[in-house]
Amino acid sequence: MLETLLIKLALAGVVFFGVLNLAGLHTWIERKQSAVMQDRIGANRASIFGIRFFGLLHPLADVLKLFTKEDFIPPGGNKVLHTLAPFLSAFFALVVFAAIPIGDTLTVGGRVIDLQVASIDIGLLYILAMLSMGVYGVVLAGYASNNNYAFLGGMRAASQMLSYEIAMGISLIGLIMWYGTLDLQAMVRAQGQYLWGWLPLWGIVVQPVAFFVFLAAALAETKRIPFDMPEGESEIVGYFVEYSGMKFGLFFMTDFIETVLVACLTATFFFGGWQVPYLFPDGVHVPWGGVFPLAPLAVTLAGLASFTLKVLFFCWLFMTVRWTLPRFRYDQLMSLGWKYLFPISVGNVVVTGLALRLLS
Amino acid sequence: MIRKRELTLWERMYVPEIIRGVALTSRHFVRNLTFHALHLVGLAKHVSAAVTYQYPEQPRPLAPRLRTRHRLTKREDGWPRCVGCMMCETVCPARCITIVAGEHPDPNVEKYPVRFDIDLGVCIYCGYCVEVCPEDAIRMDTQILDIAAYSRAEMKLDMHELLNPTLRKPVAACLLPFPHKCGLKDPAAVGPEQPMHGPIFIGGDVTKAAGMEDQAQRARQQPMPANGVRPLGV
Repeated sequence: MLETLLIKLALAGVVFFGVLNLAGLHTWIERKQSAVMQDRIGANRASIFGIRFFGLLHPLADVLKLFTKEDFIPPGGNKVLHTLAPFLSAFFALVVFAAIPIGDTLTVGGRVIDLQVASIDIGLLYILAMLSMGVYGVVLAGYASNNNYAFLGGMRAASQMLSYEIAMGISLIGLIMWYGTLDLQAMVRAQGQYLWGWLPLWGIVVQPVAFFVFLAAALAETKRIPFDMPEGESEIVGYFVEYSGMKFGLFFMTDFIETVLVACLTATFFFGGWQVPYLFPDGVHVPWGGVFPLAPLAVTLAGLASFTLKVLFFCWLFMTVRWTLPRFRYDQLMSLGWKYLFPISVGNVVVTGLALRLLS
Repeated sequence: MIRKRELTLWERMYVPEIIRGVALTSRHFVRNLTFHALHLVGLAKHVSAAVTYQYPEQPRPLAPRLRTRHRLTKREDGWPRCVGCMMCETVCPARCITIVAGEHPDPNVEKYPVRFDIDLGVCIYCGYCVEVCPEDAIRMDTQILDIAAYSRAEMKLDMHELLNPTLRKPVAACLLPFPHKCGLKDPAAVGPEQPMHGPIFIGGDVTKAAGMEDQAQRARQQPMPANGVRPLGV
């Protein structure tokens, strides 16, 4: 029992270490990638003893600044809720990672460890539930700030996130129907099958429409451009206008954690999670014949590396989208969510049902 | 009037256009990242991966016609070319020029400035003083842009800085070889003048580099045109 607890704690430590570092690095990625995309250099002035490390010290400088700033609670604001909101926001973004399988099983000393912090049978429902709970942090931040602009920002965030959660949830129903499971580890295992012996049956292959709907809805969940109406820090004042210091930093981090989260979810649902094409537990099976046996440990490590690479790729893609597209108008946002994504995802469910009926 | 163009069906489908936009920005990303990486290992240095300038270390090249900090041109003997005609002081819309004229020992030269001050805090960089000068005595080609100072007094240039653009306040010593109203100490007591900061113009004497003296010389030696107007800037 104690061993299991320790293993789970170690796994959670590894996942949190990876996720939080990647989210922290996102401030650097955001600055540098946008700069490179726009033919600029990007932030590169922070230095220690004259060494600049490609601007990698700027996140550290940011954190120092955020921690030493005044922690402001507006007069008339609800002190408890105002303090609670950023923690709720970050908490519900972080707990989702518990259900995401980061790799296949790892055998250490005869003990088989599932590389997943919590093996939840209804992992997908859990993820959707926790994502919905994330709205609370945002709404409370707007509500507790005693500021009409923050309040309106919170309202915008609530309606946007609720609208897009519906499209997101329904787009995933197609996947549930196809793989017949809510367990993410089982879903990833099911993506290790091959069509005609060479085409991996990843989520993107069996549910291409759901992929685009999910991508749009999930991007809206992260509250980043082009769906950043709740924040709009440059023009339309957002829900965290009354936050300063590290509480503001927590909201900021939550955005990045959610970006990493959505990258993880996209990789898990639609790109085979930790699956490497043609890599089976006993080695590489080339479709046109030939087997290259590999040690189980190497296979597990390859799976971990594959999942990490997929997540990094989607982080890059989301950053590219964020620095390419302009913001939607609010009515366009609502119309996209309700008039396009929602019917498309419902239609996708119907078509998937028909296809399953015909194929079986 | 801006006429709104109807979007085609392809554009209204939205996703293809998004992919096109992402492809465009990704192309820039990949290209620039490749060249950044090549620069790191010392390759392809002549291809720039960014259009920006790393300002304090890497100044932006300036156009030769850009109006920058003023300077007074000199004769061979080190006296100012200015003849104290007060044209620039008169034309200056900001009234930032103060000239006190004195008698020049050479009877062929009318006068010379005993005092020539420009208050850069007031100057609007219109360039009228350069345009109006009949002797090509004042120019705005030093390419000095960083004229910021901590006090109003430091923004006021006198003949020491105007005749030698490499000087910045505080000027250590006066080395002007002609009598003038000088607020500085005796040069023998202080030592030779030392430039505080060099100008952005690298490569020695600004006057020589700009070919300024020769040009003015040539302009002088040319016969006066028939209409009596000497072309400006020759």
